[in-house]
Amino acid sequence: MNKVSVIIKREYLTRVRKKSFIIMTVLAPLLMAALILVMPLMMMSGGKEYKKIAVIEENTNEFVNVIPDTKDADFEYLPGADINEMINKFESEGYYGILFISPLAINNPVIYSKKQPPIGLLEHISSSLEKEIEKKKLLQYNIENLDSILKQIRTNVNPVTKIVDEAGKTTETSTGVAMGLAYLGGLLMYMLVFIFGAQVMRGVIEEKTNRVVEVIVSSVKPAQLMLGKIIGIALVGLTQFMIWIFLTIATVAILRGTVLKTGDITEMTQNITQSVMESGQAEVPDISEVQEMSPELAEFSRVFETAMNQDWLLIIFSFVFYFITGYLLYASIFAAIGSAVDNETETQQFMLPVTIPIILALFVAIGTMQNPESQLSLWFSLIPLTSPIVMMARIPFGVPAWQLAVSMALMVVTFIAFVWMAAKVYRTGILMYGKKSSWKEIWKWLRYSG
Amino acid sequence: MPLFEAKNITKRFGDFTALDSVSISVPERSIYGLLGPNGAGKTTLIRIINQITGPDTGELFLGGRKLQPDDVMTIGYLPEERGLYKKMKVGEQALYFAQLKGLSKSEAMKRLKYWFKKLEIVDWWGKKVEELSKGMQQKVQFVITVLHEPKLIIFDEPFTGFDPVNANIIKNEILFLRERGATIIFSTHNMSSVEELCDNITLINKSRTILEGSVSQIRKEWAGNEYEMAFSGEIKVPGNGLYDILEQTSENGKTFVRLSTKGEISSNEILQTLMKSGNIISFNPALPSMNEIFIRVVESRN
Repeated sequence: MNKVSVIIKREYLTRVRKKSFIIMTVLAPLLMAALILVMPLMMMSGGKEYKKIAVIEENTNEFVNVIPDTKDADFEYLPGADINEMINKFESEGYYGILFISPLAINNPVIYSKKQPPIGLLEHISSSLEKEIEKKKLLQYNIENLDSILKQIRTNVNPVTKIVDEAGKTTETSTGVAMGLAYLGGLLMYMLVFIFGAQVMRGVIEEKTNRVVEVIVSSVKPAQLMLGKIIGIALVGLTQFMIWIFLTIATVAILRGTVLKTGDITEMTQNITQSVMESGQAEVPDISEVQEMSPELAEFSRVFETAMNQDWLLIIFSFVFYFITGYLLYASIFAAIGSAVDNETETQQFMLPVTIPIILALFVAIGTMQNPESQLSLWFSLIPLTSPIVMMARIPFGVPAWQLAVSMALMVVTFIAFVWMAAKVYRTGILMYGKKSSWKEIWKWLRYSG
Repeated sequence: MPLFEAKNITKRFGDFTALDSVSISVPERSIYGLLGPNGAGKTTLIRIINQITGPDTGELFLGGRKLQPDDVMTIGYLPEERGLYKKMKVGEQALYFAQLKGLSKSEAMKRLKYWFKKLEIVDWWGKKVEELSKGMQQKVQFVITVLHEPKLIIFDEPFTGFDPVNANIIKNEILFLRERGATIIFSTHNMSSVEELCDNITLINKSRTILEGSVSQIRKEWAGNEYEMAFSGEIKVPGNGLYDILEQTSENGKTFVRLSTKGEISSNEILQTLMKSGNIISFNPALPSMNEIFIRVVESRN
């Protein structure tokens, strides 16, 4: 055991002291923080992909200025223009395309353009036109005060979800929070297992190509070397991860203080409360405004409240459990692959079957966020190769205890089996040089005796 | 009593038999040559001695008792496929390997200082391995192999990568280690170094032992019917029905002759005939080189 700790120490220290590690550890959170802050800024100030669209109606002038301009596109109305003429010259006149509305086919306006128009643009056009057409149809009924009636009947419904436990106690929850946690848990698991698993593989290949490995295994058992490497790299990963979390939070906090000035958020909340208070005395037309704002505020506070209602203890425990077992499982597979090849390019043929369950798990995890109760999610959260990722996505939505127990038990059995098998392959593989390895070959190594 | 013994070692990899009932017995404080063509099974045997793999059948003894897992601490191994971590510093790396062999850090440090000074590599302590030439790396590796003062040291092709000067330094170090009480197993294709260093050898071919014994004994046995002799004066020795002249050279007032006898003829008979040709100043049975024996034995088996 003492020797394993010597190996862990070397694996850890050589990696942590590398320049690339230090640079990555410091730069990544800065980049992440910048991304977090810059993305909304970019969206707001809009580096806009400007498009000018000509709107032409056949014979009528029903829809003049009906479609509002967006940050991406302006709509220019050309009453009386000839469509056939415009089709030939819209590009040279600086238009992205033409929207052609014919009263004969009011439900199917035509968009002419040189390129396939983006979906957002189409949705914007169709919803604007739909609204206008509906309004025109309503107008035909000659209802008095139609405008104020329309404003009055506009409604927003936001269901509040409450989970009922066995004792009949209800807890308010948020599907949004659950989805966010599911996404974060699944993705994080995927990244950790994949990135550090691949590092184990590279480490094994390095030892093999440097021809260090035979010197080492004359002092320690191959399994000890493999375990030492796997644990050492896990510690490197955890170190990096902790620093990342810490630095990201710190950078976001600092940048928010300087770049965005103080209290952007408090200002926003103040505005909302103000309008809520004003609306108390206000007349009917203001209600719609209140109804638009207050759900946001409600959702805002609910997110925090319900986030606290999540079973954090369970989430953290499960995350640690699935990370350790999942990482050990995959890292040992990666170690076995690394031992079987002479250089990194040869890993391709072995990587594919290993990557497939991980990628599949990620997709199922994303599906789980939409429908946590599906059969697919259930099975993938029980199968050990995919369960670390899928189960992390399921947990925020609530998982029956027996399913969690079965999944964890299967995980433990499988990871022990995989580490054992990987050790056998590894033991033979690290001492094989210049032999083109194949799955058949690896199967043979599995059956060699000590 | 032999320091190390392997008895009837058999090892299979699937359908392939790497070693078929091979036995070796290495006397204490001797240098034991493990010879054989590529793929004969030497490396497998060496790995079994190092407990990197286990034999299917057969037993191993070190110092009279069965080989234990902990015995790796008293064995030193310089593999043929050897290398160091390229990005690691020399001193740090040497310390790491010493600790893997169970030395404490302070003890390892003390011994490393001694060896680095002895081999004149002190200046490399803080250098990265990738900055070193291949020969320099080999020296570091040699130190790592012997640092924990093993009772049994296994050198697999120790001289590859060394220039003649450094190869000689390492050769002397190996002899010095034996003086200090170490027993050495030495695997090589370099037969002249076998003649120089080894006391006993085993020749393995196609996973079986085909020749074993002390080097001098084997060379005598394989001497056969060849003789080397010298005459005073530069003369010409004629052949006749008793022997064939294989080689004849004259220089500095001497003539050297190598001949092989035909059939069962005693050396006295030959001498009587040759005395007529000139004044004989030396007469010896010609010992074949280990190289010749190696080739002859292996080829006769194929």
